[in-house]
Amino acid sequence: MQRRTLLASASAILMALAVPAMAQDEPLKVGFIYVGPVGDGGWTFQHDQARQAVEAEYGDRVETTFIESVPEGADAERALTQLALAGNKLIFATSFGFMDPVMNVAAKFPDVKFEHATGYKQAENVATYDARFYEGRAVTGTIAGHMTKSNKIGYIGSFPIPEVIQGINSSYIHAKKVNPDVEMKVVWAYSWFDPAKEADAASALLAEGVDVILQHTDSTAPLAKAQEAGAIGFGQASDMAAFKPSPRVASIIDEWSPYYIKRVGQMLDGTWESGASWAGIGEGEVVIGEITDAVPAEVKAEAEALRDKIGAGKYHPFTGPLNKADGSEWLAEGETAPDSDLQSMNFFVEGITAQIPQ
Amino acid sequence: MIDPLSVFLLLLSASTPILFAALGELIAERAGILNLGVEGMMITGALAGFAAAYATGNPFIGFLVAALAGAAISLLYTVLTQVFLANQVASGLALTLFGLGLAAMFGKPFEGVKAPPMPDGPFGINWIVWLGLLMVPVIWWFLNRTRRGLILRAVGENHEAAHALGYDVRLTRTAAIAFGGAMAGIGGAFISIATVLQWTEGMTAGAGWIALAIVVFSSWTAFGVLAGAWLFGGVTVLQLRLQAAEVDVPVQLLSMAPYLATIIVLVLISARQTYSRKAGGAAPGSLGNNFHALR
Repeated sequence: MQRRTLLASASAILMALAVPAMAQDEPLKVGFIYVGPVGDGGWTFQHDQARQAVEAEYGDRVETTFIESVPEGADAERALTQLALAGNKLIFATSFGFMDPVMNVAAKFPDVKFEHATGYKQAENVATYDARFYEGRAVTGTIAGHMTKSNKIGYIGSFPIPEVIQGINSSYIHAKKVNPDVEMKVVWAYSWFDPAKEADAASALLAEGVDVILQHTDSTAPLAKAQEAGAIGFGQASDMAAFKPSPRVASIIDEWSPYYIKRVGQMLDGTWESGASWAGIGEGEVVIGEITDAVPAEVKAEAEALRDKIGAGKYHPFTGPLNKADGSEWLAEGETAPDSDLQSMNFFVEGITAQIPQ
Repeated sequence: MIDPLSVFLLLLSASTPILFAALGELIAERAGILNLGVEGMMITGALAGFAAAYATGNPFIGFLVAALAGAAISLLYTVLTQVFLANQVASGLALTLFGLGLAAMFGKPFEGVKAPPMPDGPFGINWIVWLGLLMVPVIWWFLNRTRRGLILRAVGENHEAAHALGYDVRLTRTAAIAFGGAMAGIGGAFISIATVLQWTEGMTAGAGWIALAIVVFSSWTAFGVLAGAWLFGGVTVLQLRLQAAEVDVPVQLLSMAPYLATIIVLVLISARQTYSRKAGGAAPGSLGNNFHALR
């Protein structure tokens, strides 16, 4: 036997002996793909914080990797495949647009579990998770309704998908509740993260006389524009504390850590199952950031009371009577919206005059 | 109703980053350099300018540092293409990737802090916007009315002839690349210092690529660049304003318009080259080709 083959076979035998022993100790590999850079200070930043929370929780028992700035579309499939081939057993895909790539890759890797954020397609090895952001929007909408002097509030939307439309409707309903004269202007940026374009969108709203800006895009650019114009806005996805106490008067923070820690824990003890999670203020997944002193004390108290009521499950932000924008009835008096209606929401509620682009 | 003046004011600031970057690239391309690293130089300027403005509290020092940083990182491209005669397209792409990564790494300490406020210039319009508008006639004058401008164009049109006449091709190109870097740096810094007031990774979000398209759209003229920047910036602003005013327009069509215009301009340019003897308006003859004196 040549020395080279001897070495090769010896190492192969050693490997074979080592594998069963190592299976116990080898850390669970968990992969993440992000739609933006981890330093975006918003959406992706929060997902990465949760990833770090998973590492802190389980230490050596897990090993996490992430790929950032993955475009939604075909490239996402490449990134997911790469993570699956690298031995990740649980993969989190953290943007709506990763939905079909996740389904395609999941079909090829039945042993790998996938978690897709904000989507609606599930499979044996694909679970979805989402946060009830609209609960937080009800709180910021209430503040917006009280704070506007021009009675015009503006909303920068990213893409016209159910998640964003829920937010617009919820903000409007609750602004209207405290200020019947309020009008809502909507601008679609067609991007989750494009600071220059978000700034332009904010400027366009301000030029229409808007003095409170709500945003469903991830950069701080709209807040900077609001500040210049003496308007106010809200932190989105992360706290955006640099703009305290004004223009950022409150914020909606996405807190993914509890969910990520729970799901990774289930992988570790083998109880992971596919499903659809949709948690909100009550579960700590949607957090309202500090409401600053730029907001009058009674408005702050009202907003916090609403937050607590939603958190305790005593109030649903979509409670009838509510009509659709076309005048047809949606929810009867006292009726609350079923989740299925929310997850496929493609209409504005009555009172919003903007059109949803088709 | 949409007030045209307010749209124009928004357009001015929306088009400034791409105007600076495209004017810089115009000079580089007129010298025969196709630098695809605009995005990388912009993001470098965005970070360096933001960091300097934050540290000193003076936004104008920020813009100065942004220009220097943009020029400095463009040196890398100069070394690759002018010393080692590497392929310009590949080197430019490398510069973009490198710049994005470098800025992301060095930008970590600057996340979440805010830039100092920027004082308004005359008519409530930012000083840097004025500077950008001023650069358009200056660059036109330089390219068409000065000796150095003519030498630069000669180098770009036919580097061998320029070399035979005794002009230093590599020196001219190095200067043109550095100028392009400085302008891209200022353009990037406008986004971080004047528009967003914060540093975020990847914040130029493709503006460098639009700048490259504008240079082609302009058919390599300074005023063409201005028109292109206003068209791209104007369409962005207008479609957002139309949405805010609830005018029912197909947003996708409007967003597509500048790219469609670029394609039409390209077709017109090539038609003019095919059917007329006049060479005016076409790409510089030596664009994208490296020069070596011994060849």
